[in-house]
Amino acid sequence: MVAALEQVFRDEWGRVLANLIGLLGDFDLAEEAAQEAFAVAAERWPRDGTPESPRAWLVTTARNRAIDRIRRDRTLAAKARLLDVPESLEDHVDETTIPDERLELVFTCCHPALPLDAQVALTLRTLGGLRTEEIARAFLVPEGTMAKRLVRAKHKIEAAGIPFRVPPAHLLPDRLAAVLAVVYLIFNEGYGGRGDLAGEAIRLGRALAELMPDQPEVDGLLALMLVNDARRDARFADGEVVLLRQQDRSLWDLEQIAEGRAALDRALAVGRRGPYVLQAEIAAMHLDEAEDWPRIAALYGELARLTGSSVVELNRAAAIAEAGDVEAALAIVERLELDRYHYLHATRAELLRRLDRMEDARAAYDRALALVHSDPERRFLERRRADLEG
Amino acid sequence: MKYMLLIHQGTAPTPRTPEEWERLSEDERQAVYADYKAISSTPGVTPGLELESPETATTVRVEDGRTLTTDGPFVATKEALGGWLVFEADDLDAAIELAAHVPAARMGGAVEVRPIVEW
Repeated sequence: MVAALEQVFRDEWGRVLANLIGLLGDFDLAEEAAQEAFAVAAERWPRDGTPESPRAWLVTTARNRAIDRIRRDRTLAAKARLLDVPESLEDHVDETTIPDERLELVFTCCHPALPLDAQVALTLRTLGGLRTEEIARAFLVPEGTMAKRLVRAKHKIEAAGIPFRVPPAHLLPDRLAAVLAVVYLIFNEGYGGRGDLAGEAIRLGRALAELMPDQPEVDGLLALMLVNDARRDARFADGEVVLLRQQDRSLWDLEQIAEGRAALDRALAVGRRGPYVLQAEIAAMHLDEAEDWPRIAALYGELARLTGSSVVELNRAAAIAEAGDVEAALAIVERLELDRYHYLHATRAELLRRLDRMEDARAAYDRALALVHSDPERRFLERRRADLEG
Repeated sequence: MKYMLLIHQGTAPTPRTPEEWERLSEDERQAVYADYKAISSTPGVTPGLELESPETATTVRVEDGRTLTTDGPFVATKEALGGWLVFEADDLDAAIELAAHVPAARMGGAVEVRPIVEW
């Protein structure tokens, strides 16, 4: 029962809170009311049974609590958008009449007038329902620091007049890119080892895909996260990095890959490819037993044109080498200005090895080793370097 | 909501920096005038007063009852305030859009958008 209840809470928190913020125009008041409603539910539902519509029950209860508080507190009444407090709200709100305002909420939380770390924290707190201490732990900062970050962000939203709405068409592309960047940042924090964050990012991605079915980049990001996360258990063996080609495919989550491919197909059906769709397409092609390297190189080329990223160019070079043209790949790598990036030197070393320039390869491995931070990657590079001697 | 748009000229040329100003083409100079005029006539905008260049500023402090004056603006000349306007708007997005139309914002300066406390 407790687990089931927790699941309902996780699923409903974002929707209930978004609805309350929309109604009250005040983050703190909405959060307190939502917390109260969830606390009452935790007490009553196990005893009296779960209501037919948990969401409607939670929203109604939270609204009534908030209205009680506003009535008791004049300053709150002045602050809250709800100036004409109705005498009473219906006891049973029909679930279909509760607007889903999670999109309004996510665009508010990811507004570019807020610092990026606050956007991330606020999104996880309000839509993900993570507690402040959980977010603090995930980002390795003291709880007090994270609490202050959230307070400051909520204060700015109110004082600076950051709107609670889905941006109009002329602002949407930029603002959507900001939202997707926040979700992808959360995912990558998780991909680096904290799986709970990756799962949280995927939940957010699924919600966005459901709410914005006409935006290919939303599906693209969801597909990218699903496909990469599906290989999580296969990426490391005994703490060592396992290259894609050597990965134990039985450890891949096939159901999640299928969901990712479906999201990618939806995105591709719309036509034009943005950066996330391209990355998802590349990630999906890497799953094929016989990879189509010329095609992958072409997709990286398109992505490099869109993003102007040297890291993408480096990946394109690697794909060109796999497609057979090692000389051309090396020429690209040597043009890139990424001297502090260990992958550049590791890639260069691999290419030099294939061209039988062992001395140069050794020097490139040394340079990569001097820059690498993670232990599994260091051991991997050391093994590759030692192979040269043989 | 009411916002004050604080215009920081930065390296953006103005008629008060004739050398740089002359380097702009006639079209660019006309565009600057036209943009400021359009902003001043935007509904909700109360134009501010024009400020002389930061070099003409005098900064005043009082220490132990003594008035101390120094030549120049409080911040570095490059960061000094060049002008301001007040904008009554629905929300921050509207204020950001207006700020983006201030010529200084695209010519080497910046516009700071600050909500005004309302009682």
